[in-house]
Amino acid sequence: MIPELGNFSIMLALCLALVLGIFPIAGSFSRNVRWMALARPVAAGQFVFVTVAFACLVSCFVTNDFSVAYVATNSNSLLPLYYRIAGTWGGHEGSLLLWVEMLSVWTFAVSLFSRQLPEQTVARVLGVMGLISIGFLCFMLFTSNPFERMLPGAVDGHDLNPLLQDFGMIVHPPMLYMGYVGFSVAFAFAIAALMGGQLDAAWARWSRPWTLVAWMFLTLGIFMGSFWAYYELGWGGWWFWDAVENASFMPWLVGTALIHSLAVTEKRGSFKNWTVLLAIIAFSLSLLGTFLVRSGVLTSVHAFATDPRRGAYILIFLAIVIGGSLALYAWRAPKVGLGGRFALVSRESLLLVNNVLLLVAAATVLLGTMYPLFLDALGMGKISVGPPYFDTVFVPLMLPVLLLLAVGPFVRWKEASFAEVVRRLRWLALATLIFAGVAALSFAPSPLTVMGAAFSAWILLVTASYAIERLRHAPAGMPLWQRIRREPRGYWGMIVAHAGVGIFVLGVTMVKGTEVSNDVSMHIGDTTSAGSYSFRFVNFEDNIQGPNYIAKRGTFEVSRNGNIVTTMTPEKRNYVVQHMDMTIAAIDRGFTRDLYVSLGEPGINGAWVVRVQHKPFVSWIWAGCIIIAFGGFLAASDKRYRLAKKRRAAELEQAALPV
Amino acid sequence: MKARQKRLALVVGGVAVLGIGAWLVLSAFQKNLVFFFTPTQILAGEAPQGRSFRVGGMVETGTLMHQPDGLTWTFTVTDMAHKIPVTYHGILPDLFKEGKGVVAEGKLVGDTFTAEQVLAKHDENYMPPDAAYAMKKGQEAKDATAKLGVTVAADQSKGGK
Repeated sequence: MIPELGNFSIMLALCLALVLGIFPIAGSFSRNVRWMALARPVAAGQFVFVTVAFACLVSCFVTNDFSVAYVATNSNSLLPLYYRIAGTWGGHEGSLLLWVEMLSVWTFAVSLFSRQLPEQTVARVLGVMGLISIGFLCFMLFTSNPFERMLPGAVDGHDLNPLLQDFGMIVHPPMLYMGYVGFSVAFAFAIAALMGGQLDAAWARWSRPWTLVAWMFLTLGIFMGSFWAYYELGWGGWWFWDAVENASFMPWLVGTALIHSLAVTEKRGSFKNWTVLLAIIAFSLSLLGTFLVRSGVLTSVHAFATDPRRGAYILIFLAIVIGGSLALYAWRAPKVGLGGRFALVSRESLLLVNNVLLLVAAATVLLGTMYPLFLDALGMGKISVGPPYFDTVFVPLMLPVLLLLAVGPFVRWKEASFAEVVRRLRWLALATLIFAGVAALSFAPSPLTVMGAAFSAWILLVTASYAIERLRHAPAGMPLWQRIRREPRGYWGMIVAHAGVGIFVLGVTMVKGTEVSNDVSMHIGDTTSAGSYSFRFVNFEDNIQGPNYIAKRGTFEVSRNGNIVTTMTPEKRNYVVQHMDMTIAAIDRGFTRDLYVSLGEPGINGAWVVRVQHKPFVSWIWAGCIIIAFGGFLAASDKRYRLAKKRRAAELEQAALPV
Repeated sequence: MKARQKRLALVVGGVAVLGIGAWLVLSAFQKNLVFFFTPTQILAGEAPQGRSFRVGGMVETGTLMHQPDGLTWTFTVTDMAHKIPVTYHGILPDLFKEGKGVVAEGKLVGDTFTAEQVLAKHDENYMPPDAAYAMKKGQEAKDATAKLGVTVAADQSKGGK
């Protein structure tokens, strides 16, 4: 009964999406106010029905309804409740439903928080989001329906892949999807602007907070994925340049370019065309990412059963969305115009360089990710692109970005003096060089590590000095808290996010440059070492019963300079339902280092092969990501985005007052 | 005129930077392309010596052996038509099993494939597509040789050395 209700809700949502995709846009051109006014209520209705469908699927998982094929393949009655709920998006069909649910949430949110926008714009923005929704709902109904029944129903489920049975599964996909789908708002705004041929500062001010929020979620989603891989896969890697990771990283790179270019469009009215193009690319890459990951084109833990119909549908859908929006861009962009002019040395120029570099970086990642797929699809041989390609290309591209990121805020809009910037930054540059010298002599083993540490020091120093300079501008005697409050949140968002980049770069540099990893064969009583820590294999237990697995567990005593630091217990689990072995690493987290022990396979004569790792500053990578995301949040919560609304409300109140 | 020359210099400089950048990217790309070969192709001499590539197929049952140092493994990868011996120093992925599909990346040293990386599968029944492809090709090669009247046994003894 409940699955049928869910199915029916999806159909109703599709009907509403059709209405939303057709009438408001048509009305916006024929000036039919009634048709335009349909947008908001229909967006709300779509949200309600998609949410009902989503709730139905969750309830099928909660009540173990194994007559539903999707539930039977992704859940099991032994699975704890929270993983059963997370199992809702554990497979292809359910994750599509989650995507549509997110889209309907964003659409509904836009309809709620758009009171101060012209009716015509609202109709077009919501209409475009409705069109996207049509594509996804049809895809779901015709090729991947999560509510499909199985006859006869299964006695018990096939279980959720043990790799996915983790807290990360509850958080990572929704975060990532919030980010992916959030770019649809920026996209819809861009398309609406192209339709109207008008794009001004108000447009930029309006789409900025949405884009920032989407970007923040995407940042958190990617961070969660990396963090999860780090502890779950069991061997201490945190970024593999895997096609699936790249799929989420490309929209992030373009999204980062987009939030900077939006800033220019809002503040200076420049980059108009460029901003629109970035919005289109960011969302296109999000779509590409979703489909790449979920369609089974890429094989990984993220991919599911392949069905040629799906592939064909996806290709057509991508062609319509990307081709259609680019064609519209080519036709209408000249009308939107480039916007204000600026001198060669100016903040605009620096942001343009940053934009171009980020876009080129995204393009190189795209090349490395898609080329093997193309060759394979064309039957021209099977190849893969090794991670060294990404490292050698990506790092040199990012170095100038990091250098300029710190300098940017010191450079004036429109026209700046190069000499003045040099004068203001020379002492900080000297301090950075001294730090680099110290690093080279003390902890950094390679030129690349010295460079990474120096760049991170440069970012942190320059950003901090900029923040202090701004705080000094306040009237004398003002308390610090008020001085901080005086500056707009958007400004603090930038400072915080840039500082986060500095911290992130330091983490990556230290881990890449100075981590130690040892594979050793150990008997009980043996000792090995990594960094300045020594690990003694003290105990081994077999046949430990977990809720849905049986485990072997080793116990390691970790000491440093003769003092015992901690005891670590890595495990090897066998998940009963899927007969799947998994390495559960033991991690001792610290501010300046992680210790990481994983149990390999049985060796010779009762020995065990063990990997012990010392990973300096790895937590700084995660901390950096969270700080960057927090910067995005601060910027999105800036007062001026809400001001327009309040002003409008005040006007209305005044109008209502009896004179 | 001066402003125009300046602009020209900028454009030329920009194009030069872009060109150098593109060249660096493409050469890095070229250098890091990893090709895939089946055991049959390797024995036919198609795989390069001294450059990394991938091999895929099935781990032949009964061939997985630990070397005395406790950290080095040897096993045989087969596409059912031909076999290639593999050595690997390190920890094998959890889902590495005899009789299951595998993809390994490394170099050919003499007749032995020295793997630097053995790629994990993600669940028990899943076959890496590259490995499945190798098995299919192997089967085709086998059928073809059988048709030609060459005995499969002789073929295999050549492959298994």
